[in-house]
Amino acid sequence: MTKNVMIIGEFNDSGLSDTTLELLGGAVGLSSGGSVSLVLLGSGSENQSNAGFKAGATKIYIADDESYNEFLPDKWMAAIIDASTQDNPDLILLEQSSIGRDLGPRVAFKLSTAVAMDCVAIEEDNGLKVTRPCFGGNARAVYSFTDSPAVATVRAKSFEPIDSGNESGETIKIDVNAETKVSIINREAIVTEGLKLTDAPIVLCGGRGLGGPEGFDMIQELANAIGTDKAAIGSSRAACDLGWYPVANQVGLTGKVVNPDLYIGIAVSGASQHMAGCSGSKSIIAINKDPEANMFKSSRWGIVGDYKEVVPALIEAMKSN
Amino acid sequence: MHFVVCAKQIPDPDTPPSAFKIDEAKNEVIPAAGIAPVLSQFDGIAAEAALRIKEKLGDVKITVISLGKESAQAAIKQVLAMGADEGLLLEDDAFENGDHFTTALVLSEAIKKLGDVDAVFCGRQAADWDMGQVGLGIAQLLELPCAIIGKDVQIEDGAMSVQRVLLDGFETVKMPLPAVVTVSNELGEPRYPKLQQIMQAAKKTVTKWGLDDLDNLDTSKVGESGRKLKLEKLFIPTSDSDVEIIDGETAKEQADNLVAKLKEAKIL
Ligand SMILES: Cc1cc2nc3c(=O)[nH]c(=O)nc-3n(C[C@H](O)[C@H](O)[C@H](O)COP(=O)(O)OP(=O)(O)OC[C@H]3O[C@@H](n4cnc5c(N)ncnc54)[C@H](O)[C@@H]3O)c2cc1C
Ligand SMILES: Nc1ncnc2c1ncn2[C@@H]1O[C@H](COP(=O)(O)O)[C@@H](O)[C@H]1O
Repeated sequence: MTKNVMIIGEFNDSGLSDTTLELLGGAVGLSSGGSVSLVLLGSGSENQSNAGFKAGATKIYIADDESYNEFLPDKWMAAIIDASTQDNPDLILLEQSSIGRDLGPRVAFKLSTAVAMDCVAIEEDNGLKVTRPCFGGNARAVYSFTDSPAVATVRAKSFEPIDSGNESGETIKIDVNAETKVSIINREAIVTEGLKLTDAPIVLCGGRGLGGPEGFDMIQELANAIGTDKAAIGSSRAACDLGWYPVANQVGLTGKVVNPDLYIGIAVSGASQHMAGCSGSKSIIAINKDPEANMFKSSRWGIVGDYKEVVPALIEAMKSN
Repeated sequence: MHFVVCAKQIPDPDTPPSAFKIDEAKNEVIPAAGIAPVLSQFDGIAAEAALRIKEKLGDVKITVISLGKESAQAAIKQVLAMGADEGLLLEDDAFENGDHFTTALVLSEAIKKLGDVDAVFCGRQAADWDMGQVGLGIAQLLELPCAIIGKDVQIEDGAMSVQRVLLDGFETVKMPLPAVVTVSNELGEPRYPKLQQIMQAAKKTVTKWGLDDLDNLDTSKVGESGRKLKLEKLFIPTSDSDVEIIDGETAKEQADNLVAKLKEAKIL
């Protein structure tokens, strides 16, 4: 069955976000020849349209208008509802980002339909079926939708991007002017210098077992020894809550999801809500003094020991590598 | 002023993975033996946010609402013990097995019926299904402004300011009352009730409303029959990882052996 899919895109100066490209790739597969529409809001969206077509969009709804440059949910929602009314999609996809978390439910409730948040797979199997982790990562649920359009927010790396070979297609201007009661007073962006946590091939993650913020200095030394072009540092929620490391580096269900080649959990117990953010890593190493720690159960390799001895030894071993 | 805190009772999210079981025929979680259900963590934090404002402003009534079974009284009593004033349990056979849409619908009708609500406090997500949509749903259904994932909430001169946690930063927004906010753990720990408060809360009566007490609803709109999201399957993903514990008499030996393994696997 053909399906019309609509994607709410995100972009910045360097182009469409990786997840938007992945969603376009996924949508092409799901649509089986139906339309793949991309919605782009804010100044510069026009410049992204070629990239959108190349990544699989067949139609692009655009509001190249600075009033969308800051994410104001009511304004964005009105534009999306307008695009959706024109497009009549079977499925609306958003990223599980700060924007998608906010917009997904709003759009669904406005359209009197259902939204599934944080999906990791979407399939056409006698109707649309979405899979999402729940119960802190302990379980997976598969849902279908009774109403159309189905709305889903999707986790990064759930689909592969594609190259459609097209560079052009139909663009449609969105022209709505919605009121908003919400005003933004202040925004502090945390700009990561160098390697981003979600892009790093190696993630070193510290937990409450470090015993204090100094533990992260030691992990930083390990990152330096491996190479800061390869290794980035994350933290468990417990360590963030204690103020030992910035919240923006929290890995897990309510933080960031990372899928590196190698994930090293250092003095992290490996609670299901933590593993929800790193279980997609290719290999996991646990360093923990408690051999019963849950993290060992998901790991390929483990070192049982005090991190205060193991990490300095590892720094030396990496340096002489 | 009148605040509402939405509180859900859930299976304890700290249940060890080994005790977490699913009845795959019924697509249900099997309650772990000896582990009592709890107030969803972020809802205690939502209550904390409301209570901090009450302490500042003085003249505030806080009503805690839960949609659930009779047992959800315990979640309500916990928020009453923290300092909320009144409890409201939305309980009816017709409400059972609903989804997030029906939950937001029933909660929003209850809030409408209370009539004079200035602010609604929810958790960022209930720690059972980890969905994070009911707060936004209530706001949408009641046509109220809403800010999600707050780490600080203030009310001043008829407006609510919320400092929000974004994936890559923070943002402060301001909106006129009435408004809905969802809060996150960055707000801080919920207060721990004193024994005397727990005893007082135990004695407080909790009002109960069923389907007939709420307007605009009928059996087709709520519970199982109102669901828009059908649960097709619930299962525990299998993990095929078999950990290899790295040997070594000393930390140095362990570290050298690990680095050798990583080289062998072409990771380094
Ligand atoms: C709804 C919900 C969402 C959540 N979201 C997240 C999330 O996004 N991210 C997240 O991380 N958590 C999240 N949590 C919290 C999660 O359940 C755990 O509480 C948290 O991950 C524990 O952090 P930790 O492993 O650092 O601390 P702990 O559980 O305290 O573990 C510390 C570990 O360090 C080890 N240790 C102690 N000293 C040493 C030493 N000297 N050397 C080596 N090892 C040592 C201990 O053996 C222990 O295993 C969430 C919880 C809920 C309910
Ligand atoms: N059954 C319920 N009763 C009361 N409040 C609820 C219920 N379900 C969800 N909520 C509120 O909505 C928030 C988000 O829930 P959810 O969308 O299910 O993740 C929770 O933290 C609660 O504040």
